[in-house]
Amino acid sequence: MTTSTLQAVQRLLHTGPGGPTDPGLADHLALHGPVAIPTGADPAWSEVLRAEVAASGLAGRGGGGFPAAAKWDSVLRSNRRPVVVVNAMEGEPASAKDRALLAWSPHLVLDGAELVAALSGARSVVVCVADDRDDSARAVQRAVTERRRAGSCRSLTVSRPPARYVTGEESALVSWLERDDARPALRIDKSVPLRVGRRPVLLHNAETLAQVALIARHGAAWFRQLGTDDAPGTTLVTVSGAVRIPGVVEVELGTPVDDVVQRCGPTGTLSGYLLGGYGGAWLAPELGSTPLASAPLARAGATLGVGIVVALPTTSCGIAETARIARWMAGESAGQCGPCVFGLPAIANDLELLAVGRSDADVLARIDERSRSVVGRGACRHPDGVARMVRSALQVFAADAAAHAAGRPCDGRRQPSVLTFPAEPALTGGAS
Amino acid sequence: MLAATSSTMTEAVWYMIRATGVVSLVLLTVTTVLGLLSAARARTARWPAFAQVELHKRATMLALVFLGIHIVASVVDTYVHVGLVSVIVPFTSSFKPFWTGLGAVAVDLLAAVAISSALRQRIAPRVWRGLHWMAYACWPVAMAHALGAGTDAGQLWMDAIAAACTVAVVSAVTWRIGDHRTTREDAVLIGASTRAVPGRHRPVPRRIPDTPDREIHGPGVADPAGRTPASATAPTATRLLERDPR
Amino acid sequence: MRLEAGLRVRVDPVACDAFGYCAELLPERVTLDEWGYPVVDGTPVGPELVEFATRAAAECPRRAVLLERVAGRH
Repeated sequence: MTTSTLQAVQRLLHTGPGGPTDPGLADHLALHGPVAIPTGADPAWSEVLRAEVAASGLAGRGGGGFPAAAKWDSVLRSNRRPVVVVNAMEGEPASAKDRALLAWSPHLVLDGAELVAALSGARSVVVCVADDRDDSARAVQRAVTERRRAGSCRSLTVSRPPARYVTGEESALVSWLERDDARPALRIDKSVPLRVGRRPVLLHNAETLAQVALIARHGAAWFRQLGTDDAPGTTLVTVSGAVRIPGVVEVELGTPVDDVVQRCGPTGTLSGYLLGGYGGAWLAPELGSTPLASAPLARAGATLGVGIVVALPTTSCGIAETARIARWMAGESAGQCGPCVFGLPAIANDLELLAVGRSDADVLARIDERSRSVVGRGACRHPDGVARMVRSALQVFAADAAAHAAGRPCDGRRQPSVLTFPAEPALTGGAS
Repeated sequence: MLAATSSTMTEAVWYMIRATGVVSLVLLTVTTVLGLLSAARARTARWPAFAQVELHKRATMLALVFLGIHIVASVVDTYVHVGLVSVIVPFTSSFKPFWTGLGAVAVDLLAAVAISSALRQRIAPRVWRGLHWMAYACWPVAMAHALGAGTDAGQLWMDAIAAACTVAVVSAVTWRIGDHRTTREDAVLIGASTRAVPGRHRPVPRRIPDTPDREIHGPGVADPAGRTPASATAPTATRLLERDPR
Repeated sequence: MRLEAGLRVRVDPVACDAFGYCAELLPERVTLDEWGYPVVDGTPVGPELVEFATRAAAECPRRAVLLERVAGRH
């Protein structure tokens, strides 16, 4: 049930009159209240929490969107003491929500991690923060130290995996923790949990855990008061692009995309939205009333992803931006699978030529065909995401694409990009 | 009469050693060349690659048969003393110890290759590959043994065969080294992608430094990740024109 | 149509090095893309193709061809 969408929703991120609330432990407890986290095994308590989270309908906020409680079943069945991993890697350049959470509500994230640890019998929690996010790492470390002083019995460590797009992928992160190799692994059977050593891994996105911490305090019914029946609760959305106040906003799931962008003050007419991430999908402005939730967005050919909304102004060129994303994403390939290593750069080449109006006659068909062909042929979903983003661009910007292909590119390609890309380093040999 | 029979026997055995030796060498050459071509991904429109591999395996098996006869005959032969031990332990025979010993070395290498291939499904792929690389050593050693221990070296027909085998193998090796197919590793390093991949021993590129968090502007709204300076964005489409002036 | 156990061909994309033997041995299920990497049809193979599927798995130099036992109709 959606209430007024322009009303400020404050569950994960809170502001007071002086700005964001203090992230310290004392203020955290004053604001949210305490939550009971058993130190030892307590099956009755565990079952209550598990049932509550399952009833809440909380879906993972890391892009996958699977029911959070579902991950626990396969791990709990495995009879070995698991390890809880907090995924705060935020590999998507257009996302800042994990960063915001760690800066302003780190204790909610750690509460969630400790709750999942208590539920599953894990004794250690590893918080993974990208190695170029020193401010987030410092914030988490401060929170960890506070908890240790307050007597937390679990081992909380902060880990710094390399900052690359694919490192935040589940199997890549676990592979890094286990053998220092941050590349995704092929998973034949997803119901078999990932392991570090012999310990099964319970890996959750930082926002998912923060939501668990709130559900543990207030219950499933409270959680479901906001959002829709199919997509309950709130989520953090990072809005950027042609808006006056870019940033992270907390919204109810089901809020129309237009309204979310409205809160940040769009600076003119828009030619489209990029939703979900660089591996997400474009949405035509006419479909701006689509609710921000998995199912409605999927029906509109888009995706919720990690809650990214980039507003593309009409002054920019959707094809050029798509070409830039495709090129960057091709460079972010882990380099393990042929279709990704060869296919993505080929698609990027064609898109770049299309963007400048120097492509040949069959470029649109070729891009579409190659995009279809790379899907499902990698060890991870990286090529799938790029393919979806590219194909959605050719649909949403169809008129533009036709003009570009006919040799009449628009001037928008000369505009500076509204997207951000981590800087390219010098070419390295990659030799070991 | 008995002496005459035994001398004909000895001669027969002697011919068998030489004949099967030459045939083994030729078959070993054939299989080495086929192996090199398979590794170099040489293929023709009508001859499928898996058939090439199959031929490579069967040539090796045939070579092993002739080699087996060559070895048995060498041990049985009474004119030169090559003990059973010397077949496997190199440089221990009394007849031309060094050159015969090379034959034993070739046998050992070939045994490693053959046994590992027979057990291929049961051993780790890397182990199999490592052992199979010994084949590169096997052929030159076998050729040296043929020319050094073989009594036909110097005869025109033998030299012609040896030359032909050498030309074949050297050509195949040249083909293999000159394999210009872009491998996945090359594509990642150079053309396709311009960044090193994350992983062990590979330097991880740094992003631009964090920009400090700014004040919250209104309820629940925070500033996202800092913007990169224009110079650090991915190549724009306009730069493409500069790279490719047509 | 009967419900029978069959084998489904899958490729480990990390191990695969585009040798292409699988496409030669089992063209009914595997074709090669423009860079030589396999595109696999996930339909289970029937008894008449099992021998070729098994050979394709055995011949792959990188052991990248995997066979899954599935129930399927064919």
